[in-house]
Parts: sequence; C-alpha cells; structure tokens
Amino acid sequence: MSEQKIDQYRRDFFTKATTAAATGAIAPGVMLMSVGQAQARPLDEPVSNKNRWGLLVDSNKCSDGCNACVTACETENGWGSGSTDEQKSDPDQKAQWIRTVTLKNKLTGSEHQLPMMCQHCEEPPCTDVCPTGASFKRADGIVLVDKHICIGCRYCMMACPYKARSFIHEELNDQSPDVPRGKGTVESCTLCVHKIDRGDGTTACAEACKKDGHQAIMFGDLNDPNSEISITMKKHATTQIRADLNLNTGVRYRGI
Amino acid sequence: MADSVGPELKINRANGDKCVLPADEMRKDHMKHLKHQRDETMHDGIRTKQFSLKECINCHANKDEADKYIPVNAPGEFCQSCHAYTSVKLDCFECHATKPRDTAFHPIVTDKMKAFADVHDAPETKSMLDTIAKKDGAK
Amino acid sequence: MKPVVHYSAIEGRSIAYWGLLGTFGLFLLLGLGAVWVMEHNGHYVTGMNNQVIWGLPHVFAVFMIIAASGILNVASIASVFGKKMYKPLSRLSALMAVAFLAGGLMVLMLDLGRPDRLVIAATYLNPKSVFAWNILLYPGFFGAVAVYIWFMMERRMNKYSHQIGLFAFVWRLLLTTGTGSIFGFVVARNGYDASILAPMFIIMSFGFGLAIYILSLMATCRWTGRELGDSVLRQLKNLLGVFIAAMFYFIFVFHLTSLYGTENHGFENFILADGGMFTQLFWIGWVLIGLVLPIAIVYHPSMSKSRTWIGIASAMVIIGGLASMYVIIIGGQVYPMPLFPGFEVSSSFGDGTIASYSPSIWELGLGIGGIALALAMTTFAIKVLPFIPNSLSDELMDPHYKPAEDVVEADAAETNAA
Repeated sequence: MSEQKIDQYRRDFFTKATTAAATGAIAPGVMLMSVGQAQARPLDEPVSNKNRWGLLVDSNKCSDGCNACVTACETENGWGSGSTDEQKSDPDQKAQWIRTVTLKNKLTGSEHQLPMMCQHCEEPPCTDVCPTGASFKRADGIVLVDKHICIGCRYCMMACPYKARSFIHEELNDQSPDVPRGKGTVESCTLCVHKIDRGDGTTACAEACKKDGHQAIMFGDLNDPNSEISITMKKHATTQIRADLNLNTGVRYRGI
Repeated sequence: MADSVGPELKINRANGDKCVLPADEMRKDHMKHLKHQRDETMHDGIRTKQFSLKECINCHANKDEADKYIPVNAPGEFCQSCHAYTSVKLDCFECHATKPRDTAFHPIVTDKMKAFADVHDAPETKSMLDTIAKKDGAK
Repeated sequence: MKPVVHYSAIEGRSIAYWGLLGTFGLFLLLGLGAVWVMEHNGHYVTGMNNQVIWGLPHVFAVFMIIAASGILNVASIASVFGKKMYKPLSRLSALMAVAFLAGGLMVLMLDLGRPDRLVIAATYLNPKSVFAWNILLYPGFFGAVAVYIWFMMERRMNKYSHQIGLFAFVWRLLLTTGTGSIFGFVVARNGYDASILAPMFIIMSFGFGLAIYILSLMATCRWTGRELGDSVLRQLKNLLGVFIAAMFYFIFVFHLTSLYGTENHGFENFILADGGMFTQLFWIGWVLIGLVLPIAIVYHPSMSKSRTWIGIASAMVIIGGLASMYVIIIGGQVYPMPLFPGFEVSSSFGDGTIASYSPSIWELGLGIGGIALALAMTTFAIKVLPFIPNSLSDELMDPHYKPAEDVVEADAAETNAA
C-alpha cells in the first residue's frame, strides 16, 4: 500500500503547495520575499501583460569587487561555477549571463562597478532579428530564448546592444532541471523565470545582493504603481543603458 | 497486449504504479503532450505538472547501487531503451537535465517547503519520497 | 549575315576534366569533414566565441552569396539592358550564379549551432527578421534563375527570356540588399549600423561576380579549346574597371560619413590606423590588392591587353573581396560596443577591449568546401547541358568586328586562370 500512500502524499503536497502559494498563506514563520508584488499565479494560468518584471540596479550601492550576484546566478541557473560543464570552451567561449562591469570616468578617473545582464527590453532587437521567433518576449516582459526552435544562427547576439547573450560551444550534461540549456543554442539571463513562475518574487541576483547587505539590485513589477521598484523609480532619477536606442529596458540603473 | 512487444522497461514502481495517462496512451502520444506542454510553458509560463518533462524525469529516473541517479537517456534506462529499440533520436536531453537534482528547489524555497512539510506532514522532495518508500518497503 | 552562336556541352572525358572535378570533390569532402568535426564537438573547436560570433564561415558565405548575385549580372546585361554581345555569355552566368549561391548557403547553414533543425527556419518564420527575409529570397533566386536558364535553352521559350531576366535581375538586387541589410540593420555596432551597406554590397557584388566570371570563362574556354575573342574580354575587363571604381567610391563615402561623427572615431581609427591586422587587411588587402592594383592593370595601356594580367586583376579583386568581408564582418565584431559613453569599461566578458579571433582550420575547411561545391556544380553542369558557346570569337560576338586589323597578341594568349 505504500505506493498509494506516497502518491497521495505527492498529490496532497502539490495541491496544498499550489493553493498555499496562490493565496499567499505560507506556513508560519516563513515569509514570501515582498520585494516585488509576488502574487503567485495558478499553475495553469498564462502570464499576462498586467505585470512587467524588471530590475533596478543602484550602482552606488554595488560594492567594488563584490561578485555575489554573479555567483548566485551561476548556482541558480547552472552555468559557470554552478555547473561542471563547459570545460572544453575557452574563457571567451563560456556562457556569461551576468557580469560585473567596472566603469572608469574618463574625465575624473573615478571608478565604480555595476552588474550587466539581459536588459529585458520592451522592444528587444534580438527578437526582431531572430529568423525563427525563438527569441521572444513573454507577455510579462521577460525576454527568453525558446531553445526548441533556436537554430543557433547567433544573429540575436549580433543585434543585442548589451552583449547579453552567450552561445553554447559544446555538449552539456550538468543542467539544472529548472534551467534547460544546450549545445548549439543561444542563451541569456531569464530573469529567473522559473523562480518568478514559482512565486518566489525575486531573482537569484537580487536575493544574493540583499543577503550580502548591499541591496543594490531590486526586483519588482514595473507595471504595479505600488511596488517598491515603481515607488523608488518615481522618487529617484534612473537611467537606461543605451537609452538612445529607445528600447525601453526592463532593467534600470541609478548612479551611472 | 502491446506489452509483449518492445524492450523490457525499467520502471521504478516505488514512485507509484500509474503514469499520468494509461500506459498505451503514453507510449503513443507522450511526445504530443510534451510538445503541447513545452510551448505553453515556454511562452505562457503555464507550469502544470501532468505533462511536465521535469516531472517525467522525477518519476522515471532510476538509482544505481550507490543511490545515485542514472540519467534517463543512459543505455537501458526508461527513455533510452524504447528510443533505441525504435531508432528514434532523443533530442530533449540536448538541453534538459536527465536526472532530478536532490535539491531541485532553491535553498530558500526549500526552507519554505520544509516549514510547509512540517505543518502539513508531507514529504518535500523526491529523495524524501524514496526514503519513505524504502522504509515502508522494509516494514 | 552574322553566323549564329551555337552551344554545346563540353566533352568532359579527359583525365584533366575528371581530375578537376575530383579535386573540387575532394575539397568539398574535406569541407564536410570539417563540418562533422565542428558539429560533433560543438563550436569550441572553432575560433569563434561570444565576442566574435560570426567567423570565417560567414566571411566565405557572405562573399559567395553576394558574388552569386553579381555573377548573374553578365546575363542581366544581355537580357535587361539588351547588349547583344553578352547574350552568349548568359547561360554560364546564370549557372554560376546558382552554383555560388548554393555554395554560400551550404557554408552558412552548416555553421549553424543546430543545422539539424534547418527545417525550423522554414516552418517558423519571424516576419520581422532580415534573416527570415533572406530565407525567402534564396529559394526565390534559385527558382527565378532556374526558369531563366530553361527559357534561354528552350527555343520555344526564348522570347520570354527578357521578362524572366528582368525578374531575376530585380530579385538579385533584393537579395543583395537583404544580405547587406543583415549587417546594415544592426544598430548596436559602430561598424555595421549604416544603410549604405546595402547599396555598397550591391556594387561589391557586381565587382566580385564579374571577377569570378572572367576567370571562369577564361579557364573554361582555354581548357575546352573554345575561342574567346579579345574584344569580348576587353569589354568585360573594362566593365570590371568601372565596378572597381564604383566600389572605391562607396568605401570612400562609407568611411567619410562614419568619420564625420565623433561617436565613430574610435571604430574608424581602429580600422584605418590602429587595428593591426585589420588595418593591414583594409589597406593592403582590400584597398591595394582589391582596388588600386586591379584598376591600374585593367586600364594600363599594355598590361590591359594581356590575358594573364586580366586574369591576375580578376584574382586580385576576389582576394580583395575576401579581405573586405573579413574587415567588415570580423572587424565590426572585435571592436567593443559603445555601452557606456564617457567611461573606460572592463569586465570578465570582454567589455571595452578588442576581442581576439583566430580562425580554425575547420572554419577555413568549411569555407573552401563551399567554393568547391560551387565550382564542382559548374564543372559538372557544363558537361551535361549546353551552357558554353562553341566559340566566343570576336567575329561572332562583336557587332563592330573588322577582321585582321588589330595585332594579334599570341604571346598573351597563355593565360593561367588558377
């Protein structure tokens, strides 16, 4: 009878977990991260443009030499140090979903750093150029690669003004079950879409940055006027990288 | 029965005796369902469990003597044995993980799950399920 | 009355013929072997990386694709612009256009990360993608030129060859515009974002295509013992000179426009002065070998009369063409993108630094394999169908021909096309 009992466990677990997440009534002592309005969607409900997920990066708070967001992304999404794969690829050929960029002011010589990743544009050049439509933007503003129909032409990488994408140069075997990735296709930051869909209400990078006490990365819903990210962006001047291209990025910066 | 045809499948009955659909339906149509689900998940964020590939693997991945998961596309394993028999190329695992991760959930969520499990008396991950199955089996 | 031009298939039974076809076949096989290595292992065996995304295969592929549409020009001059002299040259021109497009596409497709999914490129089509437009333009070109060849060869259809020739001409302009726009529409990169790239690619296609055609025609006539009149060759080489001059003009305007905007100074400085190998390729490969020397040769009072020198000038245009593709395609990628104006940037992902790229033998193999395919297709087709006129003597071809007035240059007749 044990099989049936376990089946029952599983079913109960998933039903309860789903209901619990949906109502926001998480078990005592555990709180949902309330950074973004993380109302978990029912599993069978499609994403909609009611939300637009985005990040606000405060480069003033980004601590020099800190790499916590990058490491957290690697662990969460199974690339770089988060995976045993890509041993044959050159450093130039290895995937990088997020990187810290050091900026040195040409006039004053002052230096600061900030994390760069896919900027989740509202008008993404990568989706424009993709011949098969594998590069696409989800209704909630997340730009993704549908690797099922990606032919590996790499035109999106040519078109991306942020150099946010990587091509996989060899066979992979150590993927995370939540983050499929493989040889001959292009990939980039997914804004931790599996976490968002699960109702975590944050991304690995924002989580790690908060845990380290910097709070330089804020995740949230740009469409919700009451979200912390919207309120902060209303109060403070923010910029888009390459704003001249008018792409209306989902990732915004302070202090560049 | 069609069961007499084809390779002997390694099925881990400890995870339950029933697939998400009757076996002969799955045998014929699993790719149809997976493909349908794949587009819904990818483009609309619909993550129902019934035809989720991740769930297939959670259930169908077997363990070796050292209690380590064997990839489902390894020779003789659930997916591969049939695909080898029918000479159909398996493309899923060019990208998808071939075995569950013991920590399939992110640490923070695991805490959440643990707390949930404590309250609701439900197991948390598949490895816990396996442990329970073993204990029950021992009884 | 002038004698009529007759065509016939070449005999193609000599050891030399089979040796030639075998050589092309061998290079094609080596190319496919290189593909197997690349696809089996993944692109890590190539010199390409996440900074230089399109490498040597794209240099060859884009060169061949634009050259293909340029080769068709010879036929278009006859059918669209009504120049009688070019009519006997049309069949070979159309054939080689198809062959070079096939070769270029082979290289392009086999360099994909997932060439096994090629069919997806046809079943899922994103209408906004310039690449997708090209995916529609390629089969259209094959179709139009195939019908064109048929109309030229089938006597009953001859009367329509002007119409289909016009259609193919318009289509080839679209095709090259599409190819140029693959780069011209990339707003992100200093080296690409210019609408002049599309017309520039068209002019370059004229030059590259004609150079390839002249060499092939000279080789074919020589090796099959068919006569090729001096006056025919003189007209072709004069046209080549015009095309080279036009290319020169476009490159000049392209860089002048680019130099005027301060934002592009970095990139222009890199290509024109500071870029090491890229600067050398630009000045020596593209400008000197590809433009200055060949134009000097084809207009030189005595050299221009020598077939050897005309052959050398054509070969130079081809070499310069490959160099130009390398400078445009690779040079445009190695130069860092302008993410943070006013800052010096650095990162673990090559921000702010010139990217490095050293092509692998596999990429070179694939590129040469594509050229081998085009040449093998041509060599084979002229054996099975009547593409080549029995004679291209001045008497047949030149409406102003007056016998035995010019000095015959017997010494210059020894041309070596290879």
